[in-house]
Amino acid sequence: MTEVPEHLLKRSAERRAALGAPPAAGGAPAAGGEASADDGEKIPAGLLARSQAAGAGAGAATPATTGAAATAAAASSVATAPAPVAKGPEGHTQRLLTVVKAGSIQDVKATPTDKVHVWPHLLIGEFIACLACSAFLLVFSAVVNAPFLAAANFNFTPNPSKAPWYFLGLQELLTMFHPMVAGVTIPGIGIFGLMLAPYIDKNPSSKPEDRKFAISLFTLFFMFWAVLVIIGTLFRGPGFNFTFPWRDGVFFDL
Amino acid sequence: MARRVNGNGNGNGHRQSPAERLAEVGEKVRGSQAWASIFRPGSIFRKGYTDSPRNRSYVVMNSLIYHLHPVKVKRHAVKVSYTLCLGGLSFFLFLLLTVTGIFLMFFYRPTTAQAWNDIQTLETSITFGLLVRNMHRWAAHLMVLSVFLHMSRVFYHGAYKPPREFNWVIGVILLTLTLLLSFTGYLLPWDQLALWAVTVGTNMMGYTPVFGSQVRFVLLGGVEIGGETLLRWYVLHVLMLPFVIVIFMAIHFWRVRKDGGISGPL
Repeated sequence: MTEVPEHLLKRSAERRAALGAPPAAGGAPAAGGEASADDGEKIPAGLLARSQAAGAGAGAATPATTGAAATAAAASSVATAPAPVAKGPEGHTQRLLTVVKAGSIQDVKATPTDKVHVWPHLLIGEFIACLACSAFLLVFSAVVNAPFLAAANFNFTPNPSKAPWYFLGLQELLTMFHPMVAGVTIPGIGIFGLMLAPYIDKNPSSKPEDRKFAISLFTLFFMFWAVLVIIGTLFRGPGFNFTFPWRDGVFFDL
Repeated sequence: MARRVNGNGNGNGHRQSPAERLAEVGEKVRGSQAWASIFRPGSIFRKGYTDSPRNRSYVVMNSLIYHLHPVKVKRHAVKVSYTLCLGGLSFFLFLLLTVTGIFLMFFYRPTTAQAWNDIQTLETSITFGLLVRNMHRWAAHLMVLSVFLHMSRVFYHGAYKPPREFNWVIGVILLTLTLLLSFTGYLLPWDQLALWAVTVGTNMMGYTPVFGSQVRFVLLGGVEIGGETLLRWYVLHVLMLPFVIVIFMAIHFWRVRKDGGISGPL
């Protein structure tokens, strides 16, 4: 026995009320037998005649006419009837069971979006960007050599010793906090905070004027981080003490 | 074909011009079974290309590009001023790093006795060795930068909002993996810069609460940086992290399309 969804039951009850028919099964969840017994009386005469004709034509006893629901009757007539015999009142071999509006099952786009072909509009742009990037890297690499210092020596610690530039913000924090805070807690919170950003920020708008707080906060962190990295790279000299690059030079290799 | 009859090689017909012969060879090649087996039905390499909306669709649909791009995208999505190409450039830099990295692997052995000497030989006596190493290093720094800027761009556009929340999470993982790739590569030249930068970095990891020293031990392959560290980081750098990052990139690119292409204009 199939479970009839609640909204369909409700809709059917409304329709019955509109047609002035008594409500089926008092709005209770489809008690199959009861409902179908009720339905049996309401099968239109034309359909009943057709299903009986179909049953006779197939030469089989059809229980459909006596107590089953209208849908079952229709199904049995479709299944058993030879096509030429089982014709409806107006000679139709099929009938309209229901009309499902497109909007209820499909995502119909109200406004068509303005689209362009990926080829050539996007691919040419990407190709040019890749070429420009390669050309820049090639020229830059031909002119500027990557740093290559003396072989690793465990007995000689360079002064200052610096982490790669993207970790220099952390190294800078190391001068202010305990290593666990600077090296583990703050970057850990940073990474997890970033991951959680879309779940924390519930604001549905993506317009800058609606997101002043989020944008300010991100810019604040961005600038904070950039300033730390710049101080770490350019303004830290021997002993990781503060220097000015224009006075003492740069103590940093990329 | 009239041309064939004339140029039948018995000496009394026209001699074919080189251009004609070339065209005929081209036609033969395009009609061959081998050609048809390489290019799928509908490929522009089978049918030839004349500019029409149908052929524009075929270019994407019948090639590998279809794995990355749909046939059509929203008009604003192709604006350079919207994306600044940052995500695409990060991917391109990754490809460039893979190619240059493979080149470097031919000349590098990850042992404390040989690593530094191998790099020196690479720079001084191998054709394009210095150039390719420079490109690998600068592209790596550029990739860290472009991934970071890509993330900022996405944040400022609010492009992490539903339905793209999870793709943002994948993106943060990709940023972390990019940093790890760069950091593991930092040690490999085995010069003073590499050794001490990594010493500073891994000392910080040792302060992880509860299992800090264990984390450090596993990463270094011992209590101090040494030959085991070099081998370990080499395998991480050339094999494991690229493998992991490619998987996450695949998910990232797939979700970009499944979540409805890049985010709308502001």
